[in-house]
Amino acid sequence: MIEARGLSKRFQDKKRGEIRAVDNVSFTCQPGKIYGLLGANGAGKTTTLRMLATILEPTDGTAMVCGYDVVDDPEKVRANVGFLSTATALYRRLTAQEFVEYFGRLNGLDEATLKKRVDDIFNRLDMNGFRDRRCDKLSTGMMQKTSIARTLVHDPPVMIFDEPTNGLDIMTARTITAFIRECRDNGKTVIFSTHIMSEVEKLCDTIGIIQSGKLLVEGSLVQLRDKYAEHELEEIFVKVVTPHYVAEENN
Amino acid sequence: MSMRNVGIVYRKELTEALRDRRTVISTILVPLLLFPVLSVGFGSLAVALVGKAKEEIPKVMLRGGEDSPTVVEGLRKLDKIEIVPETSGWKDQIINKEIRAALEIPSGFQSDVAQQKSETVKIFKYEGELKSEFATEKVEKYMKEYRDKVVKDRLAAKNLPETVLNPFEVKQENVAPPEKVSGAAFGGIIGYMVILLCMTGAMYPAMDLTAGEKERGTMETILSSPISRMHLVLGKFFLILTAALGTAALSVLSMGVSFSVLSHYTGQTEGGRAAAAGFLLHLGPKTVISVFLMALPIAVLFSAALMTIALFAKTYKEAQSYLTPMTFVVIIPAVAAMLPGVELTSKLSLVPILSTSLLCKELVAGTYHWNLIAIIFSSTCVYAAAALFIAIKMFQRESVLFRS
Repeated sequence: MIEARGLSKRFQDKKRGEIRAVDNVSFTCQPGKIYGLLGANGAGKTTTLRMLATILEPTDGTAMVCGYDVVDDPEKVRANVGFLSTATALYRRLTAQEFVEYFGRLNGLDEATLKKRVDDIFNRLDMNGFRDRRCDKLSTGMMQKTSIARTLVHDPPVMIFDEPTNGLDIMTARTITAFIRECRDNGKTVIFSTHIMSEVEKLCDTIGIIQSGKLLVEGSLVQLRDKYAEHELEEIFVKVVTPHYVAEENN
Repeated sequence: MSMRNVGIVYRKELTEALRDRRTVISTILVPLLLFPVLSVGFGSLAVALVGKAKEEIPKVMLRGGEDSPTVVEGLRKLDKIEIVPETSGWKDQIINKEIRAALEIPSGFQSDVAQQKSETVKIFKYEGELKSEFATEKVEKYMKEYRDKVVKDRLAAKNLPETVLNPFEVKQENVAPPEKVSGAAFGGIIGYMVILLCMTGAMYPAMDLTAGEKERGTMETILSSPISRMHLVLGKFFLILTAALGTAALSVLSMGVSFSVLSHYTGQTEGGRAAAAGFLLHLGPKTVISVFLMALPIAVLFSAALMTIALFAKTYKEAQSYLTPMTFVVIIPAVAAMLPGVELTSKLSLVPILSTSLLCKELVAGTYHWNLIAIIFSSTCVYAAAALFIAIKMFQRESVLFRS
């Protein structure tokens, strides 16, 4: 389970002064559910997810992940999280197997458990054909599978996906969305960010719309349709975001 | 502190480093090949070129001397030089290397000498040009021998012994053993090379493991794993340190082999053995271990400092532009230690790099100033610890890791 409480992140910029990348964001993600964080570029999605994955530290507020505080117990949080984004690249000079094993060891798995888990994952994701191939020789699809294997090796109860299909071709993107569904079906808590409406419509149990670092609205797709009297998520998104977007542009 | 995680990171970084062509070239191949190429290659080339220059019979132009037949006849009999008649533009001919030197004998030279009048003979040359210098040497030697003969004849005419002009001899005698002589001459170079190669060995991995990792997008991947940032930075640091020390160790090994090869070949002849005695380094195991112990804190200092600086960069190229000027920061004090007259003092013992370089010179010469060794080792350890502490702190700063 993830519980964000007043999560905020401010950065100092030499030209623009203080920037509130995330401003007092609170939400809850339940096990066996997918929470979709929907927002335009620069809305604060990546910063929010990076704080949940303890890659960044919140300026104010905090979040509990599997009962651990992201500020007080960042290492325990990371041990319970699988984090995947298009920015999480592979070590190109390692083979796919070495790469997955490296992260398994960093997650504290002993050699016997690690071997079993790696074999299981490689069989499940059909990766045995390239397990000894160096990561710089893999196709995009193979790379994504290797990244997925990395997030799964320690079997974390929480999965965080930051725009995981960004820039991927349709077939590779489908592998990712299928994997996200599988995580939910296995009872994992899943949060993922995107700006692709169709992905949210297909996958998410709860949708949070974020703009200018603020969580503007939250609910299931049905609830949002009722509230804004629109069927298409894109129209709902535009209705929610436009007043804030215009105000931001004026500023 | 869990050393297990540090070990995991270290092993992974080592695996990647050994698979990277650039790291293998800069850390293993360059130090292994540098000394054989420099010493054996360039040494043999220099010997061959100098030998060839010495073998050449240089053309020397004679200006004047028509009324000094004895001197000119003696010159012409020399088989080491070819006397050519005077033509116009002789200075240009020397500069253009058509002739190697010109000898000017003043008018009435021989009769003036006979009448015990003072005269000056001039040799014109192209200073710094090897063959011109050799020609000048030969002509000057002949003229000096002629002068000595004149002096001898004058003394004989007056029934005076030669000791009238040479009442006593001044002789220099070396009391230092060969290892100290070669240590004093080459010890500075050893320190310089060890320091410089520690630096160059650390430079590439320092950039690759920080800015390179940011550029390739793997920094976020590793930061999302449960490893603490301190363990991560230590694992990376130990790999950079291994590269620094490995480069230095391989370079000393290569240097030792190169000198042994040179020693073997120069030792084949009597003259070669004499030259080798003054030229070759005598590096015993004690010296090698001492130099390495002193190189250890400086390697830690370089590894931590280079890693910290490279971490600021967003890309490998940016890191290169930060670290390249650092080479000069290291070279200047390392070279300063080789300057004549720069001696190790307690004050200089506190100056990083310079102190280690000066100490290496002393160690290679077999001199152990234990109080200064203690100061240098401990002060460099303090600098190294400070650099490592800063590196760990920098790895915990988001503004550095995610600089945009």
